[in-house]
Amino acid sequence: MNVLIYLVPLALGVGLIALFAFFWALKNGQFDDPDGAAHRILSDDDLKK
Amino acid sequence: MAEAVDYSLFVDRSGDGASRIEFAVEGGEAPLSISAIERTLAALPGLDDARLNLTKRRVTLAWRDASFDPATAIAALRELGVKSHPLRVDHGEEAEARHAQWLLKCVGVAAFATMNIMLLSVSVWAGNATDISPETRDFFHWLSALIAIPAVAYAGQPFFRSAAAALGRRELNMDVPISLGVLLAVGMSLYETANHAEHAYFDSATMLLLFLLAGRFLDQSMRRRTRAAAGNLAALKGETARRLGADDEPVTVPVAALQPGDRVVVRPGERIPADGVVLSGASTLDDSVITGETARRPVAAQDRVHAGGLNFEGALVVEVTAAAADSLLDEIERLVERAADAKSRTLRLADRVARRYAPVVHVTAFATAVGWILAGAGVHAAIVTAIAVLIITCPCALALAVPAVQVVASGALFRAGVLLNASDALERCAGVDTIVFDKTGTLTLPEPGVANRADVAPDLVAAAGRLAQSSRHPLALALAREARDRRPLLDAAEEPGRGVRAVIEGVEARLGSPSFCDVAAPAPASGSTICFRLGERTAVFAIRQTLRPAAVETVQALARTGLRLIILSGDAPAAVAPIAEMLGVAEARGGLKPADKIAAVEALKAEGRTVLMVGDGLNDAPALAAADASLSPIAAVDLARAQADAVFLGETLAPVADMLRVSRKAMALMRQNLGIAVVYNLVAVPLAILGYVTPLVAAAAMSGSSIIVTLNALRAGPIRPKDRDRAAPVNIEAMRALAPEVLP
Repeated sequence: MNVLIYLVPLALGVGLIALFAFFWALKNGQFDDPDGAAHRILSDDDLKK
Repeated sequence: MAEAVDYSLFVDRSGDGASRIEFAVEGGEAPLSISAIERTLAALPGLDDARLNLTKRRVTLAWRDASFDPATAIAALRELGVKSHPLRVDHGEEAEARHAQWLLKCVGVAAFATMNIMLLSVSVWAGNATDISPETRDFFHWLSALIAIPAVAYAGQPFFRSAAAALGRRELNMDVPISLGVLLAVGMSLYETANHAEHAYFDSATMLLLFLLAGRFLDQSMRRRTRAAAGNLAALKGETARRLGADDEPVTVPVAALQPGDRVVVRPGERIPADGVVLSGASTLDDSVITGETARRPVAAQDRVHAGGLNFEGALVVEVTAAAADSLLDEIERLVERAADAKSRTLRLADRVARRYAPVVHVTAFATAVGWILAGAGVHAAIVTAIAVLIITCPCALALAVPAVQVVASGALFRAGVLLNASDALERCAGVDTIVFDKTGTLTLPEPGVANRADVAPDLVAAAGRLAQSSRHPLALALAREARDRRPLLDAAEEPGRGVRAVIEGVEARLGSPSFCDVAAPAPASGSTICFRLGERTAVFAIRQTLRPAAVETVQALARTGLRLIILSGDAPAAVAPIAEMLGVAEARGGLKPADKIAAVEALKAEGRTVLMVGDGLNDAPALAAADASLSPIAAVDLARAQADAVFLGETLAPVADMLRVSRKAMALMRQNLGIAVVYNLVAVPLAILGYVTPLVAAAAMSGSSIIVTLNALRAGPIRPKDRDRAAPVNIEAMRALAPEVLP
């Protein structure tokens, strides 16, 4: 059972990373335009021809 | 009418020379294309960045080059068929956006905590049933506490603040029992954990927060969308004033650009753009926006007028005395406050429930503790049971029951192009059994055109067009577009439902109904006529209208659901009949004055009917107010919109059917949800009082009831194409034969 001593905090750490990733995305405006994001992914404008 | 408009008022300049401007955009029928719009704008010289936000329907431009003129962007967009209008910087909207971000962060923290604590809790529950060692259980409980305490301290703030504010006012709202339940659950769990107990309620506390935060975030984001849409509407409506230049030629300028000393023309049906003094003209004003007084006030030269007053009868020339820098924002605020009020009143309803609910909960919990002590249980066991009662009765399902439905329903309506204006619009529309339609501008498109221009002497067309500029009646606007001379007639007076008259070069001119102009006009087979009399010369203009897209399908689908449909029009009966026939509406009356429409609506109400009035126009406003529920197309003159419970956007009539369908569904679901919440409490509370509520039962009951209520609310949701297409196929060709020029 000693394996829990580091496995459980490790799992929490992974969860925390996800939480900070969410905060980062929020701060960078990733959730500002959900409708537009659905269309932008289909656009090839950012490709250099 | 291409005149220079000064956009500098809308530009947001930061200190480092960068400029920003935001446009509300509207693409008509075609969907907005991100790549087309952004590519076109990016090609403009001097522009650094252009970004379209499709959710808010706004374009943001950023540039540093001082020579860049935002007007070039508007022109470029117009070539794409996109209408755009600059928005003023709205700090209230920014504050709401920050609040939404904060709520979303709280949701994120609560979700993280709930998921990880649940991971630990499930292990403990499984372990309790098998062979978990007390040390491992304590370790898991302490880890849960380590996650729960900071998470609750952070994510619980929206509730704690609201509860503290309510208690400060010596009131109870829904957040008081929520806060109490969460804090007690955490506190008791800490105590139990320190005493190596089997049960801890950390998972209940965080899960409760997660559900309630999600509901609150959805509610807030719906309100934010309505606010952004209202801002766009106000901007696209283009709050403008007709400022008279030195040559008496009116030039359209944004209201915000008005300066004291400017002279503006205010036509009937328009609001006074800024505080001022009347220079010439006579009219009556409805100042109800300003004073709450609904009786109209006559005004003449030298009278003071205030921004927001609605001009009824005659064109006025007003000298501005106070700049109207905030007028557009005021308009947005009015729209938003009405939309926000719609929300807050439902919250108040929830608070009313809470005011009765919270004392019952607290008394029940207290009675449980006392009861168990009297029954001989230990004080510790009695208090644990009492707290379990508090946790289980946390009004999770109850707090979600009504708002969840409203969020989903208003969201669905929003996507269908309907904006709710009044708090109880959903409720009142749900009970409707009779729909009264106005014809002009409601069943038909608001902008008809003059059909027989070639048959009328050019000077009569010009004179009629000039007079028509003083009227806001949709038929007159078609004529006004024919006018070459854009100087309005200053002494023109409009009689609602009849016509407009003025003196042109010493000769009396009248424009309006045949009886008003004393002209014998042969009733046209279709379309409408507008008569004009200039002294002894007369002319009859044929103005033809087209039905709104989907009008036939929508009206016939409504008729099939058993609704009684009636057309009440101020237009000539001969013009109403073909449209009624085409739509299949048996009851149609024409030639009605505003008072007749009110009488008709009142008569229906006296029969015990619940009436929905769908209309726009100056002569509908009183009828909209008289009906049980009202709906206006957004192209309506300000007066109609001010009275309607909801407005719909775009050209199609389909939103009328959507509004009815969604509101009926929403009402049924709200009742169901409240029923579910009551049943949940009837089952859960006795269990809690008897002491059977372990953390496992609490978690299952709370999440179960909340999920059921939320899923049930989602059924109010999307308007599926199949709902709309249920109309029988319409034989367009047969109708074209009936009235060729009315169909689109």
